Amino acid sequence: MSDRIIRPSRRHVLGGAGLVTLGAPALVRNAFAQSSFNWKRFAGETINVLDVKSSRSDLTFAKHKEFEELTGIKVSAEAIPEQQQRQKTLIEFTSGKPSFDIVVLALHVQKRIAAKGKWLTDLRPMIADGTLTSPDFDFKDFNAAGLTFSTQSDGTLDTLPKFVDYWILYYNKELFAQKGVEYPKTMDDILAAARKLNDPAKGIAGFVSRGLKNANVPVWTTWMLGQGMDTVDKNGNLMTNTPEAVWGAELYKRLNTEVAPPGTIGFNWNECQTSFATGRAAMWLDGIGFAAPLEDPTKSRVAGKVGYGIVPAGPKAYHSPTFADGYGIAQGSARKGAAWLYLQWATNKANQLNMLKNGAGSPARNSPLSDIDTIKTSKFGKEWFDTVLGSAAIGRPGLPVIIPVTEFRDIFGVALTNMIGGADPKTELAKATEAFKPVLEQSEKG
Amino acid sequence: MSTAVAGMSRNYWPFILPALIAVLGVIVFPWIFTLYMSVHDWNVSGTVTFVGFENYQKLFTDQRFYEAVGHTLYFTVLAVVFPVGLGLAAALTFHREFKGRGFLRGIFIMPMMATPVAVALVWTMMFHPQLGVLNYLLSLVGLPPASWVYNASTVIPTLVIVEIWHWTPLVMLIVLGGLANLPSEPYEAAEIDGATAFQKFRHITFPLILPNLMIALILRTIDALKAFDTIYVISQGGPGTASETMNIFLYLQAFAFFKLGYASAVVVIFFTVVILLSLLLLHVRQKTKWNV
Repeated sequence: MSDRIIRPSRRHVLGGAGLVTLGAPALVRNAFAQSSFNWKRFAGETINVLDVKSSRSDLTFAKHKEFEELTGIKVSAEAIPEQQQRQKTLIEFTSGKPSFDIVVLALHVQKRIAAKGKWLTDLRPMIADGTLTSPDFDFKDFNAAGLTFSTQSDGTLDTLPKFVDYWILYYNKELFAQKGVEYPKTMDDILAAARKLNDPAKGIAGFVSRGLKNANVPVWTTWMLGQGMDTVDKNGNLMTNTPEAVWGAELYKRLNTEVAPPGTIGFNWNECQTSFATGRAAMWLDGIGFAAPLEDPTKSRVAGKVGYGIVPAGPKAYHSPTFADGYGIAQGSARKGAAWLYLQWATNKANQLNMLKNGAGSPARNSPLSDIDTIKTSKFGKEWFDTVLGSAAIGRPGLPVIIPVTEFRDIFGVALTNMIGGADPKTELAKATEAFKPVLEQSEKG
Repeated sequence: MSTAVAGMSRNYWPFILPALIAVLGVIVFPWIFTLYMSVHDWNVSGTVTFVGFENYQKLFTDQRFYEAVGHTLYFTVLAVVFPVGLGLAAALTFHREFKGRGFLRGIFIMPMMATPVAVALVWTMMFHPQLGVLNYLLSLVGLPPASWVYNASTVIPTLVIVEIWHWTPLVMLIVLGGLANLPSEPYEAAEIDGATAFQKFRHITFPLILPNLMIALILRTIDALKAFDTIYVISQGGPGTASETMNIFLYLQAFAFFKLGYASAVVVIFFTVVILLSLLLLHVRQKTKWNV
């Protein structure tokens, strides 16, 4: 027997190869537990995908062969950097004849413009159609935070969430233990804890977050959500100079001037990450996707010491600011059926789990986050998974659902940096609101 | 005679035509189209409406535009004066014979070969207020940490440091070219007359290399005016709008806010300024030419 393994005969090799060849498609088919669902009904078609260049698109693109074998559909895919992809998407949709069938949108930026321009196909009829939707699709598995982003104000579901980014509070367990500080329960507690942890003589800041114009806006909106208030209400009114908004801006100013590292006025996420990863900041508010580099001992001095917590409750509400990407099918696509099969496959449980296992982001489905084997083997620890699930349950968009999101971030971003420079929050917000109001009004007219 | 000239002109047309088409296609047409866009409300996601000079009127009442113009001029003056001055000094140093001159000159011109974006990323790390090497070096000599690009009042001078490091070698090369071509007779005459080293520089070297310096000045001015990559990567025009030059302002209007009509008006104004400045510098250069 052992001799056969070491020196297999030609008959055995051919037999083994035959089994593998015959067995491979069966394995793929079984993986999708498809019962009688016909994945091949659009075989021979070619679909074009426009994605954003990231570790997530890399993972999906690497498995395109699997999709092509499963469906017989050929995939022509392109992934380009985020800013360029957004420009391309806008220009192509405005031209009326986009070159792609499927596009990945940053829903926290492009949701409203996609609805106003009627860019995308309503997915609800396809989900309801048993001949088009695989029985194991399990739509209910998508979490509420992701689906909130994918659903337009008129109830249309024009995207399928791919990944949801929750803002969380990273904290340095070692520094907390040294000073005997508990994880903050409220937003006010964050400032109190940061004051205890702040130690400029040792070069340690109590708290770090983004101060750079534009990038800093979600930090302020995080505090505003603690007042149960969005920056723009459902009727399109700006809430940016309300007492709640001023409260959030004052907290933002105090955290950035009293307990932050020097120079946070120019910090984006990468500078914040550097400060936290080198043990120079006790807390860091930012997106959930930084666990991988923080837990990598070759890149981080705080690996194994990082705590993950849901953003503490505000005075009136308890929300986790969320941001999301989603797949949409172009309204003008002639291959909507094939495109829908791609969406089902790209967001299936296996691919969402694969994203999670590779540290490429938090999935829009709940099931991967409850996968016991994944939790056990992950270097992020159970606290990270609990934080994601907890944040998903209280997720709320961290940016307004409007067309000029970039201008909003620019104008209010400048106001926030002025506050770090010493300006009065109330005056700055009033000025910024006045400047942004005509931009918002104009955007809905055009 | 006139028939012969006309015949010659006709014969030359096939040679001129390709260049003419290229110039019309890549210079004249984009220019006319930019002018056309600048008098329209041209939003990528909306309709295109003729608005006359409204974009220009709006621009001249936009406080942020004026700030951007001020930042551009401040940055340009510093990013021209220092590299030209230091480049001249470096050229005079490397023009002399000394041991290891070739090697040191090679080292000196290395920054010029680096990609601006890569340069900007490296400097960004060096400027980090907590972990950057620059504040560490300051601490070694007992100086307090600086805010570098993380402070509204120091951001432009700090960005100029990167420009100086990157582009002084170019000025040095241009001036060295001029120094290599200097005739020896005026120096011999000056030696006989007992001129000092400074007098020789003031009355012989400087006037003779002035045409080269003017070339360096024109190139540096145009480069500084159109500086974008370094500023965008390092500060993105911040903190706030403290380093927002006309190029950054223009980029935001066109590619972040997609207001192409408004951005085109900025381009028209900016281009006019650059053309006027270049003409002025070229005129000065003509004046400094050697009268052989």
